[in-house]
Amino acid sequence: MTDHMVDRRDGAKALVTFRGAGVSRGGRWLVRGVDLSVSAGEIVTLIGPNGSGKSTTAKMATGVLKPSEGDVARRAGLKVGYVPQKLAIDWTMPLTVERLMTLTGALPANEIDAALEATGIAHMKKAEVHHLSGGEFQRALLARAIARKPDLLVLDEPVQGVDYAGEALLYELIGRIRREIGCGILLISHDLHIVMAEADTVICLNGHVCCRGTPKAVSESSEYRNLFGMRGSAAIAFYDHHHDHEHLPDGRVLHADGSVTDHCHPDDGHHHDHDGHDRAGHDHSGHDHHDHAHHDHGPKGGHRHA
Amino acid sequence: MLDDFFIRALLAGLGLALVAGPLGCFVIWRRMAYFGDTMAHSALLGVALSLLLHVNLTVAVFGVAAVVSLALLALQRRGALSTDALLGILSHSTLAIGLVLAAFLTWVRFDLMTYLFGDILAVGNSDIAMIWGGGILVLLALAKLWRPLIAATVNPELAEAEGMHPERTRLYFMLLLALVIAIAIKVVGILLVTAMLIIPAAAARRFSGSPEVMAVMASGLGMIAVAGGLFGSLRFDTPSGPSIVVAALVIFLVSLLPFGRRQAIEQPASENRGDSRRGGIS
Repeated sequence: MTDHMVDRRDGAKALVTFRGAGVSRGGRWLVRGVDLSVSAGEIVTLIGPNGSGKSTTAKMATGVLKPSEGDVARRAGLKVGYVPQKLAIDWTMPLTVERLMTLTGALPANEIDAALEATGIAHMKKAEVHHLSGGEFQRALLARAIARKPDLLVLDEPVQGVDYAGEALLYELIGRIRREIGCGILLISHDLHIVMAEADTVICLNGHVCCRGTPKAVSESSEYRNLFGMRGSAAIAFYDHHHDHEHLPDGRVLHADGSVTDHCHPDDGHHHDHDGHDRAGHDHSGHDHHDHAHHDHGPKGGHRHA
Repeated sequence: MLDDFFIRALLAGLGLALVAGPLGCFVIWRRMAYFGDTMAHSALLGVALSLLLHVNLTVAVFGVAAVVSLALLALQRRGALSTDALLGILSHSTLAIGLVLAAFLTWVRFDLMTYLFGDILAVGNSDIAMIWGGGILVLLALAKLWRPLIAATVNPELAEAEGMHPERTRLYFMLLLALVIAIAIKVVGILLVTAMLIIPAAAARRFSGSPEVMAVMASGLGMIAVAGGLFGSLRFDTPSGPSIVVAALVIFLVSLLPFGRRQAIEQPASENRGDSRRGGIS
């Protein structure tokens, strides 16, 4: 537990700071005692089981929910980009992806195109949102949020319904946005395994802050293991060491030894978008994160790079 | 040749259809048809009050509809009953109070049918001025509110997170709707007001690729319905308010026919996907 870490980040740079914040509804605490801050250029990831208060915390960060106790300080004039967990657009409203992009503010055409390009749905620009698949719709929502060039990006399970290859790409994109726009990111995920790698701070919620720290520290903490069991930690072990090569935005590949090639080496491990051997029989359609645990490979099985 | 009363009726009807189109789109998108009905029913209370207190009919109807909107917001905040139950209570109680009050007005002629179904052929120049003046006011306000209103309709939390005020926007929208209903009472009457809002907008959905196009299209189709209905009522000697609604219905039915765009054939499929989005994404 590293509470001093929070204090250290409480400086002028913090975009949003929670101090003992909690929300109660009908006499029940949805979440309480949340201390956290998100600074520019920082990724803070919230993980936790269903009903642990992740979305409630995100809504406090965006200002949609006021804390019932404690306080949430947001930097004055904070520009937020938000991808909500649930978004149902009534079928009766005709809405193209392009029109969705300017939902809460006008944008120059080239920035709309750039955001759609980055999320890989430029070809869907003229499509009606009702005709998109679940994954395409999530990409459109993410494109909309980043096109605003926000100070703080709040992403509530942004990759739900995205297939495995796309999921990894979107997480790479989120990491890139942080570097390019320099915004702070509050990311909510049930996909423990991928989130772990990009986050600066992971906060594990279960109605309260259960544990926090670097991805590695959290994955090794006993609180975390009690909450998610050994399968969760196996999943983290898998992603803790996946950077033996990196995909550059132009499609080339940067290897750990510094060399750059057009494609991955055949023996490169831990591809974000690999399929086949260790994905076989892995049901990715379920939303319960426990289904995402990788039963078929522990920290050593099939992973040379461990 | 057309008589003066007919020209006046046409002007009044076209003005109403122009403003009812975009508002009707929001009524559909926000699923507020029953809310529109409730406001229309409450108009009878407004009529009774206007006769009782000798105030302008439009002002009284707007006042009552606005109070009903605020009452709904207050009751929703308490959260004890679902919105449609609350609307049912407000709708029928205001209607009943209006009728009871009207029974006390023994000294005035109270022609209920006129208020229920409208009397567009009796509109005077001041009514036309009211319809066009009020209508243009509503359209200007709507243009100013457009982006926040669309955003709040798509998702209020998203709108609020990104610096908008969806609650306030919603209140403004309700007041605009109250104003349009007050304007519309003379033309199509209490029972048919919602039809003028909803039917042209529903017919426009089929032909629209964006909210903006749908709003303009709804105005256009509504104006065609007004013209068609009025000419029909002149030709066949039918009541004018209901004739306008029948004309709107015909346009809506035509919009369902599988011609032109392929979308008509794909419609059921896309509707299913819309539904699956509702459940699937959440």
